[in-house]
Amino acid sequence: MTAQEILESLKAKFGDAILDAKLEAMQPWISIAPDRMKDVAFFLRDDSFLQFDYMMCLSGVDYNDGRLGVVYHLFSMVHRHKIVLKAFCTKENPHVRSVSSVWGTANWHEREVFDMYGIIIDEHPDLRRLLMPDDWEGHPLRKDYKVPEFYNGMKVPY
Amino acid sequence: MIETKTLPTAYVTDPRAMRSSSGKTLRTDEMIINMGPQHPSTHGVLRLEIVVDGEIIVDVIPHIGYLHRCFEKHAEHMTNYQQVIPYCDRLDYCAAINDEHSYVLAVERMLKIELPERVEYIRVIMAELQRIASHLIAVGTFGIDAGAFTPFLYAFHDRELILSLFEMTCGARLLYNYFWIGGLSHDLPPQFVDKAKEFCTYFKPRIKEFNDLLTFNEIFVKRTANVGVLPKDVAINYACSGPMLRASGINWDLRRDDPYSVYHKIEWEPKIGKGEMGTVGDVWDRHIVRMREMEESVKIIEQALAALPAGNVQAAIPKRIRPDAGEIYARTETPRGELGFYIISDGSGTPYRVKGRAPAFVNLSVLPDISRGAMIADLVLIAGSVDIVLGQVDR
Amino acid sequence: MGLLDQRFENGNVFVTSLDNLLNWARLSSLYQMQFGLACCAIEMMAASASDFDIMRFGIIPRATPRQADVMFVAGTVTIKMASRIKRLYDQMAEPRYIISMGSCANCGGPYWEHGYHVLKGVDRVIPVDVYVPGCPPRPEALLEGIIKLQEKVRKESLVKKSTEEKHKK
Repeated sequence: MTAQEILESLKAKFGDAILDAKLEAMQPWISIAPDRMKDVAFFLRDDSFLQFDYMMCLSGVDYNDGRLGVVYHLFSMVHRHKIVLKAFCTKENPHVRSVSSVWGTANWHEREVFDMYGIIIDEHPDLRRLLMPDDWEGHPLRKDYKVPEFYNGMKVPY
Repeated sequence: MIETKTLPTAYVTDPRAMRSSSGKTLRTDEMIINMGPQHPSTHGVLRLEIVVDGEIIVDVIPHIGYLHRCFEKHAEHMTNYQQVIPYCDRLDYCAAINDEHSYVLAVERMLKIELPERVEYIRVIMAELQRIASHLIAVGTFGIDAGAFTPFLYAFHDRELILSLFEMTCGARLLYNYFWIGGLSHDLPPQFVDKAKEFCTYFKPRIKEFNDLLTFNEIFVKRTANVGVLPKDVAINYACSGPMLRASGINWDLRRDDPYSVYHKIEWEPKIGKGEMGTVGDVWDRHIVRMREMEESVKIIEQALAALPAGNVQAAIPKRIRPDAGEIYARTETPRGELGFYIISDGSGTPYRVKGRAPAFVNLSVLPDISRGAMIADLVLIAGSVDIVLGQVDR
Repeated sequence: MGLLDQRFENGNVFVTSLDNLLNWARLSSLYQMQFGLACCAIEMMAASASDFDIMRFGIIPRATPRQADVMFVAGTVTIKMASRIKRLYDQMAEPRYIISMGSCANCGGPYWEHGYHVLKGVDRVIPVDVYVPGCPPRPEALLEGIIKLQEKVRKESLVKKSTEEKHKK
């Protein structure tokens, strides 16, 4: 299926949850409302024409204009097509619904997004920091992150 | 019967309480054992919190982040795309060439560069040599996990020959900075082709020797067959890739199914697990898939050496690496699985965002599901068969 | 036994200082704590394999710090790991030595500039005896580091009364 067909079948089912799309990019992407992410994900995985059963990657992005985003790269082993989904949220209200019940691999990816960007993943089974120590302050990969001077008595910068 | 008023109520209603022959209840409880981060057999700084009931594992909770080296932050601050390549090396330090391959593939696709054919063939040769070297580490250390020290020495001796080939070409043994965007840093030295052919001829019987030592050894088979079975649907749902996926019977290899470089011009086939010694997708299957992949890599190298064209490996290196604003996700097949790079460019010479999707990170998240019900000694083998490299897991 | 084999005419008494004897015994049998963190660990494993073989220096890997004399900190020390390294160091019995292997353990390595989670050198938490540079150092470089450590051990004195507290760390 082409990206246009995937967008149309999504729009047919979820109309208002589909916010934006850029199909002429090198890898076409579709923007979904963050609180409807889980329903869209179930449909993408279970619909027989789409069957996106393999989530290649889930990343967080800081767009440096007050927006944060979560980018999902999906692939179908059956039909061999790919699609990119994006869910944008703001720094004041950083909430995205979890898809870890849809694809098991999203569990750790979403924890990492929370750890690095501070995007709170709603309905995640175990949302806590993954890579940084549990009592670390701040979310390191944000563009406005300041490195702390000391952590538990150890000097952090060079 | 024990009086209930002197003990907490949970005791009497505890479902785990066992009844002995005389009718008295025997209290059992779960124990939490901590493995790591310093542990001889966790292949690096991985911490596993194991909840056991006696010797049977009830749950495994991996804790990672002990080697988080801020790769993505460094990538955003480097002055150009070329400078990110040494950091990509250090993601999966056992298979550095394959990391570089994935990254330069992504950037070259963004820049839409056409590479000279010699560059592509040399990249395939180096990638397959690195695949053999990485699998040798994997099976060597896996032997140590199972208690066999000798295969480790055999594996590392063969690996030294490969590393001397790399050293001859680019000067480094482990972390190369060899693949550059648009080409390579050095061309092959004149004696490389003969030495590589010599290595291929030498290595083929060594695989058989290694198999006789370890793979078909009865103790090893008894320890690894039917252990840590990964079913097909779980593997796909958890986005496993590489030998873990193929050992579960799924015929999927990115070199053939999402093709890049010149793999389509070479005759080879991916190796699938068939459950020869036990169930499909058990630990033995993952091991034999790695052994057979090494044989296949030797075939690929021989064909690529024979077909190596002449050319200038630095002809297509751009003067300024400045991709248009946009983003790309590109993936290649590394010895551990699918390594993908998601790169966002904002039109300047510095990457805006580089996310490395590491196969070991994703494969490790399935560890709790495949080790429930196993014993602690089995867990060591299951974790070893996932073949993690913590640099990649933590990035 | 190469040092003493068939060297003596008659009677096999030789006189040396207690320091020499003890130091010779100690440097020939430094037990290593198996502790590899990152890429340098692969070169350490290559050094203990048959091509470079650190076991001929008497270095045997022990899994626990309590039985170890020397710890090679091979690889990047992150902040999360630093407290564990301090704990492992405290568990080692004196006299104990640390070899910092690789650029990351020496000074933070390639991650010095933007590594918010990288400890810029393991000597920020534990005292180091020998620094081995390289990224990663060749196994031969590690062997040279071990020989330097052996030279350091050779010059030490366990039995002399001393006003300075050498092992107070």
